[in-house]
Order: sequence, then structure tokens, then C-alpha cells
Amino acid sequence: MLSRVGVDTLDALYDEVPASIRFRGDYQLPEEMSELEVRQLFEQLGSQNKPLTCFAGAGVYDHYTPSVIPQLLSRSEFLTSYTPYQAEISQGTLHYIFEYQSMMAELTGMDISNASMYDGTTATAEAVMMAVAAGKKQNKVLVSETVDPKTLEVVKTYAHFQGIDIEMIPAKDGVTDLSALNTQLSTLSGVAGVLIQQPNYYGIVEDYEGFAEAIHAKKGLFIMNSVAADLAVLKTPGEWGADIAVGDGQSLGIPLQFGGPYVGYMCCTEKLIRKMPGRIVGKTLDNRGQRAFVLTLQAREQHIRRQKATSNICSNQSLMALFVTIYMSLMGKQGLKEAAELSYAGAHYLCEKLVATGHFTQVYDQPFFNEFVVRYDGDVEALQRRFVENGIFGGVKVAPDQLMFAVTEKRTKEEIDQLISLTL
Amino acid sequence: MNNKLYGNLIFELSQEGRRGYSLPKNRFGKNYEIPTGMRRKADAQLPECDEMTVVRHYTNLSANNFGVDNGFYPLGSCTMKYNPKINEEVAALPQFAGLHPLQPAATVKGAEAVCTLLCRSLCELTGLHAFTLKPFAGAHGELTGLMVIKKYHESRNDDARHLVIVPDSAHGTNPASAAVCGLEIIEVKSLSDGTVDVDALRDLVAQHGPEIAAMMMTNPNTLGLFERQIPTIEKMVHECGGLMYYDGANLNPMLGAARPGDMGFDVMHINLHKTFSTPHGGGGPGAGPVGVREGLEQFFPVVSPYHGNFAVAMRAYAYILSLGREHVKEVGPLATLNANYIKESLKDLYELPIDGLCKHEFVFDGLKDKSTGVTTMDVAKRLLDYGYHAPTIYFPLLFHESLMIEPTENESKETIDGFIAVMRQIAEEAKTNPDLVKSAPHHTPIGRVDDVLAAKHPVVTYKQLQNDTN
Repeated sequence: MLSRVGVDTLDALYDEVPASIRFRGDYQLPEEMSELEVRQLFEQLGSQNKPLTCFAGAGVYDHYTPSVIPQLLSRSEFLTSYTPYQAEISQGTLHYIFEYQSMMAELTGMDISNASMYDGTTATAEAVMMAVAAGKKQNKVLVSETVDPKTLEVVKTYAHFQGIDIEMIPAKDGVTDLSALNTQLSTLSGVAGVLIQQPNYYGIVEDYEGFAEAIHAKKGLFIMNSVAADLAVLKTPGEWGADIAVGDGQSLGIPLQFGGPYVGYMCCTEKLIRKMPGRIVGKTLDNRGQRAFVLTLQAREQHIRRQKATSNICSNQSLMALFVTIYMSLMGKQGLKEAAELSYAGAHYLCEKLVATGHFTQVYDQPFFNEFVVRYDGDVEALQRRFVENGIFGGVKVAPDQLMFAVTEKRTKEEIDQLISLTL
Repeated sequence: MNNKLYGNLIFELSQEGRRGYSLPKNRFGKNYEIPTGMRRKADAQLPECDEMTVVRHYTNLSANNFGVDNGFYPLGSCTMKYNPKINEEVAALPQFAGLHPLQPAATVKGAEAVCTLLCRSLCELTGLHAFTLKPFAGAHGELTGLMVIKKYHESRNDDARHLVIVPDSAHGTNPASAAVCGLEIIEVKSLSDGTVDVDALRDLVAQHGPEIAAMMMTNPNTLGLFERQIPTIEKMVHECGGLMYYDGANLNPMLGAARPGDMGFDVMHINLHKTFSTPHGGGGPGAGPVGVREGLEQFFPVVSPYHGNFAVAMRAYAYILSLGREHVKEVGPLATLNANYIKESLKDLYELPIDGLCKHEFVFDGLKDKSTGVTTMDVAKRLLDYGYHAPTIYFPLLFHESLMIEPTENESKETIDGFIAVMRQIAEEAKTNPDLVKSAPHHTPIGRVDDVLAAKHPVVTYKQLQNDTN
């Protein structure tokens, strides 16, 4: 091979690299490991972790993963392919993305969906940028105080560099204050959009009656961030009159895996389709007259539009989109509802039992879904430690005296009763 | 592959009342009913299928796909190397997969250690000081890196710096990321040898010096050519107060050869799904860690809540350990050898606009004999018939018929010789039977698709498809 290339040594392949920057040393890395040693090392590192029975949420929920999914996801034809540029040998990917888009549009009650985003926080930041781009000269976005602070932080990062003004809408009793929003809408100029969350950060199912009308009257876009799985039963962003629905799809059975990979979703109304970032798969025909699927509306994207693109996003989170597509196919219309109802029931059972101990009170007198905040009359940190010692991740601390608990269909009555017994 | 029997959408396989799931019963002794006012009016119209139907549907869909495990995938700039299977098992270990990202620090020590060890390895391999794992993908990494640069200038109240110099051969994400970061692009031309025109750069720097925030470069560039003037370039940019950004999309050939930190770059991202062998997954999840020179780590922005795509980072670290210090340094030279061998074996039949040594990839400008009317698109489609993935086509934009080939270090001489033989066969077919090539592919589940129809009448959901008359 070297002789055909016309060099004598591998080293000579780099003759044009100036000597001053040529790397000649040894990397300070471990010596090569056999497969067995790699496995042993990770098992040893894994033994320093302690997976816990999860009663925490705050955006990441411990739902059950049906066995079918990891089996199908490990198929090499899915796993080791790349972006489906060559439609003729990528119908597998294109086909499931079309199904994914269809399911997400159904779940959110919106017209259309893109092929997925990185995660819920970046999808939300992209939605904020999209609202500003659609709003022409408007560059202010109002964000409810009940939005997850982690989402808010990412939105603020993007907004800072885009020169977007973020103003907070105050909350009252744990829910977005509509009258405050109305005042803001009538006094502030340049409002391109409004971002709210459902269920909100505290697990509360807010009443967004009147929001769409108020926002649309000022020509702003209504952005709703939701936990995907909850939309199987909750009134949808579409029903609330949202223009853009975004959030994380992790709740559709994706393992916790220390924060990622998850999958962001973004859905919107039909008229916003050309403003939407990310990949979109559409139906077409091939030259044999067969139905086929293909990446479409690419004129919005970076590889064509470069600096004028709707976003710099390139890849989506394809394999995780496949994950949730298979999840929704298996669970179907009925199973998703049942899982949501079980989560709702478990959370309300836990809340009742906690309050009954006399040590906890609900912080907000509001309807909640599968997550809620309680005030504890003892030492919160000591209680959390006791939970961990007993193998339980007992909620996320949201204030010095407040814990936020989440329950999914995975939590049994016995596990909940054990948690209660640790509080007594 | 079977498009006829298994071309249905999962929605078209749905039968009312079928179930593909099993859930525990409500054992809370009481029915906690979700209030009607909270509920959606109508159910989401999701499919209702039994488990076997779902499994067959997706198994057969997978057969209509082509991955690295199916065959040679010389997709330029995408570094489609082999994805070792041990890495999948490691990433799925329950001791990691079961961790909630907000768990107390004492319960996630092993996971934190993986992050630290990976970052340390990446520092060593790149010559930079610190890495963040937050970015989810290469483009996300670019954006994050540019944010670091902008925050650095802001911290010095150097607010006039709003320009980013990008070579005309750059990846499309470079200008797009700069725009999302609120920066503007100025392009610097390439010379006829494919590298940055240093004189043109000197003029740009002289004209815009105090406004220049950074220069973004891939090295080797998208033509697969090493920018040998890099010491001069980085000096010029640094002297005018700008920082150097390294687009790590083409890092693979530099393993064992040169480090971006030593080349004078201040900030870079790495595509773990390219250089560090994590599976591309049909277009994600990837990971785009960002590394910086000492002093810049304070400017890492919050672009995601946790450690990015953590399970992807685990795979990358497993890959580094498998290679070890002995073999990491062979990656670049072997990838470079494979690319040059293909180039030299085909340049009599395919137009090589820039002769000389390439690095991990190179670009042909279509077939040498243009008289047949056979285009790069046709060659790409004909390759599919022979069981190969196509190279990257029509990028970079410097040539009309770009055909960008990247073999990676993993491929054997036999595989590469097989590919060369087929490329030569296609060049021959272009002369003897051009229509055969122009109408390719013939042996794939579907033929060439109508892109215009898809874009003109967007049908992007099943609901729209049910009302579609085309």
C-alpha cells in the first residue's frame, strides 16, 4: 500500500506537518486493555455507584422500559447507520422518523413534528429562538417562573448570545399569574413569545385558559413545554392553543442513565413548518411509483443555508427517537394512558400518606399529576440521608424545608410504604 | 430487504383493542381518578398492536437500512468507523443506566469518575487543558465553543469582536453556529492547492483586526489537506486579538500525528461519534465535548443540564482504553494510508483536482471523462447497487461534482481493494452503458425518490398522509 502511495513509511504521510507541531511523544494514557479488562474496569467503577429506588423527577422520570426496546435498538442496521442522506438504503430510519413525527403530533395535539432534538432544554431554547425569528423585529420572550430552572438556565444561555430579552412572569400559589401576564403583554413592547410549562416544575397541572387568546392578541407565539408521557391523558398543548410544543421525551421509557442520552421533541402548527429547526421527514414517491420517505424541507438547514439557517442543529437524536417510537407502538393508545393513570395514583397515594404522618404539608393547594412538593417539619437533609441509606432517592430538595417527590408506574405500594415508614 | 410485505406504517397495522404492553394492576386500594377537566378530549391516535407485530415491523424496517455493520461506509467527513460491541454492553450496565442525574454525589462516584477520566484523556490527546461534556453533538459543541470565545471577549470588555473568519471550504455548521451565537461570518478564500490563502487572511486581519472574535478551522480541512501554514495563521489571528477554534470533525487523522493545542488552537470540539467510535445511531445521539486552553474553562456556558449524552461518553472512554497508549497513535496514520491508497488507485479515472498527499479523506470532482453525462449523484447511486454506502456528495462546495471519500483506519486491504474495483467498474459502465448508471440504483428496496414532490406538498404525519391525494 505504501508503495502505491509513493512513500516509504507511515511517518512520511505527515511530511507536510511542520516539525514544531508534530506530536512525537507518547500519550499519557493507560496501556491497551483486553475486552475482559475493559469490562472489569467499568464493573469496578460501577460498583462505586448506587442506583436507588427513584422517587425523584424534576424533569427526569423513572418509567419502565419494555424488553423489546433495547433488543430492537441494538440492531446494527439502526445503530451503526448515519443520517439518512441516501434514501434508497435508509428507508428504515426515514420510515421510523415519519412514525415518530406522527406519534408526537398526536401526543401533543399539534399539526406537525420535526425528527427530534437533543433534549428538552435545548428544544425549548430552540423554540424561543424560533418565536423570535418568526416575530421579525420582536426580541422579548416572557417565561413563567414555574418553568424548570434547569430549562430556564439553558434558555438564558442561548438568549444571551442571540440578544433575546427574557422576562419572567411571576407565579402566585405555584401557578403562572395570568393577570400579571396580561399586564406585561399590555405594557411591554416587542414580545415575540411566551413560554410556560405543563405540568409545571412543581408537578402542578396549571389552568392555561385565556393564555392563548391573550398572547395571540399581541401577535406572540405560545410555547408550551410538557413532559411527553403525561400528554397521553392531559389536555394537550394543541387544545390549550399553543403554537409550539416542546419538551423531553425521556418519560417515554428511556432509562435515567445519569442524564443522557434522552430526546427532545418539537411540534408546531402547520403554518410554522418552514420556521422549524431540525430535520423533517416527508412522504414522497420513488421512480418506481412506490411510497417512500425522504428528508425534506432541507432549504431551512445549515448545510444549504449556512449562516441563514433556522438553527445550527445538524443531527437529531435519531436512535432515541426510535426508542420512543417503539415505546409508543407497544404501549399504544391504551397503555400510555394506563401508565399515566398508575403514576397519578401512586403519587396521590404517596402524598396522602406523607401528609397523614403529620410531618408533611402540601406546599401548594393545586392539582398535581405525578409529582408534588411538600414541606417537612424536620431536618430535610437528615431525612434524605436516611432514604439513601435505605436505597431510596427520596425526592429533590427545592427549598431548605421542601422536598419534591415523583412517582411512576414502576413504584410499588410496598416501596411507597417503605418510604413512609422511614419518615416516622 | 422487503419493501412490499413490510412497507406499512405501524399505524396501518393497528387493530382496535390489540395490546403490546403489560402493566401492574392498581394496588393502592383506592381509585385515584384523574379529574375530567385535566384530561384531553380525545385519545392520542396511537397504534394498537401486539408485541410480535411491533417486533416484526421494526425488525423488517431495520433490514431496509445500511450501517457500518452491513458494509463499507466511506462517507467523507463522517468517520464511519467500526463501533466495538463491548462498548454497548458497558454503556448499558445497570449500575450506570439506573442513575438519576440528580442523585446525591456520594451515590454516583463511578459515573463522575468516568466523566473525569474521559476528560483527562481528551486533554492528553488534544493538548488542551479542560473539557466539558455538556454539548450533545458536534454542532452543539461548535456553538458551545463559540460561546466560550464570546464570553472571553465580553469579560475583557472587548465588545467590538463580532466577526468569525471561516475558510470557504468549511462545514455548513460553522457559519450556522456562529450565527446562533450572535456572530457574523467573513469568509477567507482557499488557494488553488486547497489550503487557506494566507495573504487574503492577512488582508482580512489588517482590515478587521479589532472586530475579529475568532477563526474557525478544521485541520486537516474538508478537502482532507493539512493546513501547513497553521503556525503563521494562528500567530496572525492571535496578534489581532482573536482566538483560534478547532472544528474537531476531522480529528481522526491527527491521532498520533499532531495535537490541536500544539497547533495553537484555544478552543475545540470533538465528535465522539466520529473519532471515538460511538455509534452514529441513524443521526444521533452523538456527543460534542468542548476543550479549552488554560484560563478559558471559567467561560464554559450551561448548554445542557447534566453531563451531556453520558452513555455516549462511556462508550468513548471504553474505546480509548481498548486502544490504549500503544494503539491510539496508529489511528491517524492508518486512516491516512487507506485514504491515499484509494486516491492513488482511482485518480486515473476520477478527477482529482488537487494532487498530493491527503490525510484521512480526499475529494474527487466527479468522473474524469465528463462526456458520458454521468454525474457524481449517479456514481453514488450505482455504488448502492454494489452494496456500498455512497461517499459524501456535492460537498465541499468548492467543486461542482464533489465526491468525498473517507475510509477510516478500520477497513482491511481486501475491503478497500473491493471498493476500488467497483469504482473502476462504475467508471467503465459510465462509458459503455451510461443509462445503467444514470438510472441506478436498481437493487435497493426503493428507487430514486422525488425530492421536489416531498418539499412542494409536505406530508410529514400519518394524519396528513390519510388526507393526501398525491
